Amino acid sequence: MPTLRFTKDHEWIRQDGDTAVIGITDYAQQQLGDIVYVELPAAGTRVEAGKEAAVVESAKAASEVYAPVSGEIVTVNDVIADDPAKVNADPMGEGWFLTVKLDDPKQLDGLMDEAAYQVFVAEQG
Amino acid sequence: MSDDSANLRKTPLHALHLARGAKMVPFAGYEMPVQYPTGIIAEHLHTRAKAGLFDVSHMGQVALHGATAAMLETLVPGDIAALPDGRMRYSLLLNDDGGIIDDLMAMNVGGALHLVVNAATKEGDVAHLAARLGSAVRVELHKDRALLALQGPEAAAVLSRFAPGVATMPFLSCAQVGELFITRSGYTGEDGFEISLAADHASDFAERLLAEPEVLPIGLGARDTLRLEAGLCLYGHDIDDATTPVSAGLAWTIGKRRRVEGGFPGAARILAELTSPPPRRRVGMRPDGRAPAREGSAIVDAAGNAIGTVTSGGFSPTLNAPIAMGYVDRTHTAPDTAMSVIVRDVARPAHVAPMPFVPTRYYRAP
Repeated sequence: MPTLRFTKDHEWIRQDGDTAVIGITDYAQQQLGDIVYVELPAAGTRVEAGKEAAVVESAKAASEVYAPVSGEIVTVNDVIADDPAKVNADPMGEGWFLTVKLDDPKQLDGLMDEAAYQVFVAEQG
Repeated sequence: MSDDSANLRKTPLHALHLARGAKMVPFAGYEMPVQYPTGIIAEHLHTRAKAGLFDVSHMGQVALHGATAAMLETLVPGDIAALPDGRMRYSLLLNDDGGIIDDLMAMNVGGALHLVVNAATKEGDVAHLAARLGSAVRVELHKDRALLALQGPEAAAVLSRFAPGVATMPFLSCAQVGELFITRSGYTGEDGFEISLAADHASDFAERLLAEPEVLPIGLGARDTLRLEAGLCLYGHDIDDATTPVSAGLAWTIGKRRRVEGGFPGAARILAELTSPPPRRRVGMRPDGRAPAREGSAIVDAAGNAIGTVTSGGFSPTLNAPIAMGYVDRTHTAPDTAMSVIVRDVARPAHVAPMPFVPTRYYRAP
């Protein structure tokens, strides 16, 4: 059973065993508006929890996407590099960013579950 | 954000923006719609395809009571004396060093001179105009008027339903039609109109325009991408008091007679620059990949030497590619000159490209 968690920077992470898929939330894509460019790291490189993992550019500005956990990047989603609007259309599905091999699955314990994240988003006003 | 918004000014269309779900942002001291739920790209493409309605009431509408063309010509390089009744032109308010204080539209309305100036600069412009034009002129900043822009290929058909006759107004002309003061002008590269009207009627009239099937409300986000595609300068970014008309590629605003006679602020420097070009000039650029190069990005040559800076940049919805403008050394201004823009510490190939990036479609009388 995969575990879904969220960060205060509006990334989501779906863990299954020792790997996880990472993306940005629907709230994040709504706040960004039309996404016109995604810059992804290379597979085989590392991401560190809380550090920049990717960049998204909306029609207005560039924003960082932070890694919720540390690990080695297994795959990146080239589909969104070619068609960034997919992140707006399906942020939790086709609009995923990358998969990582987790250093330590316990890092997810410090993140919000879906109910807590919905409360957090509601408080953003 | 709510703390700040209390200090922001509101246009007469503020409630309309909120009712239509606009995302509001601070801009030039006003709370303005950056986009509606439609989204910047769809708003942009809609304006190019049909008609978009913009609230530009934050801009300064200025009457120069008692000013002659000759008086205004002491402050701008344009040929104001040759401006016939009912016509307008783009010009520049200059400081004594030839730097640009503001860019503006100047119009002749029945012999009286009127200006439309930028929102962020309007109070300063009024003070400058009043000080320099002297006590014989009364400079009035209209605070009881709104300004709407209706832009796009269907703009003329739409506005004709409310203001008969506007479809054949020449580009850069103005006319009073009922309670509307209408100019055929805009900031998108499309055919279109700017409509000045009493503030207390503005919201009703905007709603009537928005009820037309061709029209959607358009926010400042798309206004910026539209003007960038059209190669038009944004004051405070692409031009400012340290850039001159020649370095900005706006030498075409200097009237022929003015080139001979001078008599505008900074004339000695500016006229010298016409024959001896300044070190840097504004150019358009197309990055090769998809990454937008934003304002402030450094521009380097093939050897990595700094040759300039991006002053406006973003993603062109029409071209589905990044576009930018900026200042580069005059040795690198020829079309297709290869260069790189530094985005997130990585040099990304780009080249000089002609502006406008997207062909303009201003009205031409048949």
